[in-house]
Amino acid sequence: MRSPTFNVPPNIAKQFPSELSLTMFERMCMFRYFELGVIDAVIKKEITYPVYLSSGQEAVAAALSTEIRDYLIFAQHRAHDVYLTFGGPPERLRDELLGLSSGTSQGKAGSNCLQYHENGISMFGHHGLIGENVPQAVGAALGSGKNTVCIFGDGAAEEDYVFAAMGFAATHKLPVLFVCIDNNLSILTTVDVRRSWSITDVARSLGMPAVDVADDPWAVIYHTRALSNNLPAFINCYVCRGYWHVGIGIDATPEWDRYKKVEEELIRLGHEEAIRVINEKTRRFMEELWDRELLLKPLEK
Amino acid sequence: MGQRTVAETIREISRRHLEENNGILLGQAVTAVGWVNNTVPNVEGIIELPMTEVAGAGIAVGAAMVGRRPIFVIRFQDFLILNGSPLINYAAKSKELHGRSTPIFVRALASEGIGPVHSGVLHSIFMHFPGFRVCSPMTPGEYEQAWRVFMEHDDPMIVSEHRDSLQNTDEMEDATHEKADITLYTISSPRFAVGRAAEMLHKEGIICNIVHIVWLKPFEVMGRYLEPLSQSKLGLVIDASFEICGASRSIAYELTNNTGYPVKALGLLDKTKCLCPPYQNKVPDTQVIYDTVMNILQ
Repeated sequence: MRSPTFNVPPNIAKQFPSELSLTMFERMCMFRYFELGVIDAVIKKEITYPVYLSSGQEAVAAALSTEIRDYLIFAQHRAHDVYLTFGGPPERLRDELLGLSSGTSQGKAGSNCLQYHENGISMFGHHGLIGENVPQAVGAALGSGKNTVCIFGDGAAEEDYVFAAMGFAATHKLPVLFVCIDNNLSILTTVDVRRSWSITDVARSLGMPAVDVADDPWAVIYHTRALSNNLPAFINCYVCRGYWHVGIGIDATPEWDRYKKVEEELIRLGHEEAIRVINEKTRRFMEELWDRELLLKPLEK
Repeated sequence: MGQRTVAETIREISRRHLEENNGILLGQAVTAVGWVNNTVPNVEGIIELPMTEVAGAGIAVGAAMVGRRPIFVIRFQDFLILNGSPLINYAAKSKELHGRSTPIFVRALASEGIGPVHSGVLHSIFMHFPGFRVCSPMTPGEYEQAWRVFMEHDDPMIVSEHRDSLQNTDEMEDATHEKADITLYTISSPRFAVGRAAEMLHKEGIICNIVHIVWLKPFEVMGRYLEPLSQSKLGLVIDASFEICGASRSIAYELTNNTGYPVKALGLLDKTKCLCPPYQNKVPDTQVIYDTVMNILQ
């Protein structure tokens, strides 16, 4: 089942306009460079609080951000990618990670409790109990009637209250898109050790359309389009977590690097120069964002 | 005697909220037999939750996050053990963490004498966590006040109800005396027993002040609490929940701290509430209050 091409239609990238593909890549790129800045800041002890990195998993968020608009967003504890690709200002996230009053939650919440409610974005903060955002997303959809995306991990999928909340959404036909970011890991314990069943099968059994798909962003958009008119629905995305559950260490070489694969695909599609420009522009922006001189200035705590 | 019972007051408040405020009411089996002791109105806006405690509370919290100010009904306070995590970990924290409030009105009903999983009074647990308002109204007027405070603020509120209060129509006034020997502070259902205990004690020549406590958190140390104690120089806080780490000891500590006078605590013993006598570990009744005061004064 789990592979970098699972349920990815052949030559899918060609079906999408170049502008969309490059927008998606630009968001992935911006996110990657941001987290490289985070890692550097952790190494230099400028960030001293725990960080939950999303690198390796960001293609799904980038794809969703181009496809679903005006959704209430309920992200999980590992949500830098969701925040940035959906348009959260990088400097506000940087400041949150530094514990500054200019952060997204005035520096009080940190990496795993990201929230942002400005500029047309409604992203609710996670509080660290995995899967807690699933019933909350369902309740928010019930209470508001608004389309809602709920993003959680394969570990959260095992929480009993996640099933129950998905079942409630199915019963009441609530407009929730459930997205499982399946990195196959709960800390370091793999899915096959933890359970013999599939959350996608569970979602189907609850009466909602559900698919498994690799994190190819074009495939994620393709399936999201098919499902988002038939909510509630469920997508399980196979991804590879690049770093530790918490912190900047690396356990092992990830099974695949989607960022690199997207870059290669774009080059195959003739966008080499465009991605070079995006890379360069983003790198310069992030170097300024994480400027050492700036970070060494006295900061308002 | 007033006109309306506590149950009728709750039902009317709920009706107004659902019909006039775009409110929502969620709970398990709330429209089943009895409509939660006739406290739930038969109007639009009621959501029957499946038997999924943690998810149900999370759904209610989600509705609060988008501004619906839900009334969340928990038929027995013991179920707060399961329902608590979304309330504690999310609703109570969101304002301090993010500056975004999650106002939810949690109606948690307590009972007495129906066994180990339906007789609990758990308000003390919620006093422990930052972010909640916790109250225990026992009269129609107190319930109206609790609702008014909820609507005027944006905090999640734990309302520790008691079935013993639901048919009550009377308001309860403090009773203070110039030469009282002890001040009895009462919380939840023992409030219905303390008057009779005071009468029994009076026959023994012991004069008691009686002070009713509705708001457990924030517990505002006010003159109404301190002045009788300053006169009697001795106090006892009586509650329907467990005494250890409970409301009675916590409030006794606050009162002692603010006056320097000794204030004792009386709550449930550190034992499971069982079904049948003598193992029920009952809420302090008239006799227990009487005996405790006699022991203290000896």
